[in-house]
Amino acid sequence: MNEMLFPIAVFFAAAFTNNILLTNYLGMCSFLSVSKEIETSAGLGIAVTFVMALTTALNWVVYHLILVPFELEYLRFIVFIIVIAAFVQLIEMVIERYSEGLYFALGIFLPLITVNCAILGASLFMVIRDYSFITTFFFGLGSGIGWFIAIMAMAGIRQKLKTAKIPVGLDGAGIALIIAGFMAMAFMGFSGMITIS
Amino acid sequence: MITTLLISVLVITAIAMVLAILMVIADATVGNYGEVHININQKKDLTVRGGQPLLKALNNEGVFIPSACGGRGSCGLCKVRVIEGGGAYLPTELPWISDEEKKENVRLSCQFKVKNDVSIMIPEELFSVRQFETKVESLVDLTHDIKQVRLKLIDPPTIDCKAGQFVQFQVPEYELTDEMVYRAYSMASIPSDNTHVELEIRQVPNGICTTYVHQHLKEGDTVSINGPYGDFFLRDTDRDMICIAGGSGMAPLKSIILDMAEKKSTRKVRYFFGARSKRDLFLLDEMKAIEKDMPSFKFIPALSEPLEEDNWDGEVGLITDVVGRLTENASESEAYLCGSPGMIDACIKVLKELGMPEERIYYDKFA
Repeated sequence: MNEMLFPIAVFFAAAFTNNILLTNYLGMCSFLSVSKEIETSAGLGIAVTFVMALTTALNWVVYHLILVPFELEYLRFIVFIIVIAAFVQLIEMVIERYSEGLYFALGIFLPLITVNCAILGASLFMVIRDYSFITTFFFGLGSGIGWFIAIMAMAGIRQKLKTAKIPVGLDGAGIALIIAGFMAMAFMGFSGMITIS
Repeated sequence: MITTLLISVLVITAIAMVLAILMVIADATVGNYGEVHININQKKDLTVRGGQPLLKALNNEGVFIPSACGGRGSCGLCKVRVIEGGGAYLPTELPWISDEEKKENVRLSCQFKVKNDVSIMIPEELFSVRQFETKVESLVDLTHDIKQVRLKLIDPPTIDCKAGQFVQFQVPEYELTDEMVYRAYSMASIPSDNTHVELEIRQVPNGICTTYVHQHLKEGDTVSINGPYGDFFLRDTDRDMICIAGGSGMAPLKSIILDMAEKKSTRKVRYFFGARSKRDLFLLDEMKAIEKDMPSFKFIPALSEPLEEDNWDGEVGLITDVVGRLTENASESEAYLCGSPGMIDACIKVLKELGMPEERIYYDKFA
């Protein structure tokens, strides 16, 4: 594929065909617990997108400039986790100080995101798939937007569910998981459009 | 082999160190809000370190705002009017703030951080809230999971409170908490004994304060409390009273009833106490003694699941059913409830169905 277009292709693939939530099932815990209201889901979705785009890029730098030269690739799990946690903490402090609006929109979600496996997942995929820096940034951004789309769709459905009759045993997480399954099947419709390995 | 090990350790340490240094720098620059001023009721001026929650800043300066959850944003009690320097509401405050309160700039002080000079309004009586140094005089097991803690006030030596109010118990750092926390408990003691405070504390699995009290606290230990707080106290009317409690909800009602008995009240009081089985009942003798002392008082314990060995011949059933069955003249009475949120909500529903106006139902919900 054209060198210039590849990052764009990866971006769309990450958002749709290889949606990190619905095809890889990463980031499930916050997806299930915070998807009850559209407004909070949007806040969390935006925060995930923001953090994912920046941390995957940052982790690319750490990986290729520190871990690879020292042949310490096997340490990437722990290093990525440390970098993500510290970065999120720093971002939270900066946002709290300088942007009240952004802090109110994202602030309470940021600590939640540190432990979101989708964030770590994106960084690890970036290594496995051997992306360049630019591609990595678009991959992170696309994955985040894919996660955002998935949680927004889920929140929309769950708001409708409030008035629906659900069998007692399935109420709550049960029905949410079934819906996630249907959504994943629906997203399979995108497969084949673009492929990234 | 050794070199690989050394390199990996060094690299990880270096990365962690760089990040830690960045955080320290950020904390000192971005996270440093300098000193800010808090003006209270246009009377008192405090200078505090910026960036901390208002509740904590006030607490450190000896102004105590009631809070049952200890600043986690889960009880909604620590409301304060911020008339200047407030800024926008945080999403964590919104569930507790009504539209009218928004117009008055009411904020949840445990969530609102003081980053610039603010001016706030608090009820005058909160100035009379004091921090007390006390000594544990006795610890008594009331049931298998409720302990009675009797505290002797040392400094200041007396407390001026109303029956039914609560105090906050300060839990120091120990294995379950790495910072000092406060938890609210109702006083079970009679207000006329103003040199002592009695609390009834039920063990909650992994509860920070309850575990501390049940497993670490010993007679002779010193304990800090602050108070009194709360608007759960006897209203000055002569309506018949219905009191309902469960578990450690006994505490404020015991205080109210002891106070009434001492003042030779003739109001008709029915006190329904709900428990699962006989081992959850306590203070039965004390209640009998009050019944003798105050003929208009009747204590009605009810068991929801009496065991066979209990040989129980009293009331059986959920407390709501027993109240529904035995209450007459609800529309002319008033009610005082204390217990878990589930119990209180169910009891309010029953009392309203019996015809009691909602504004005459007073309650103290565990948060």
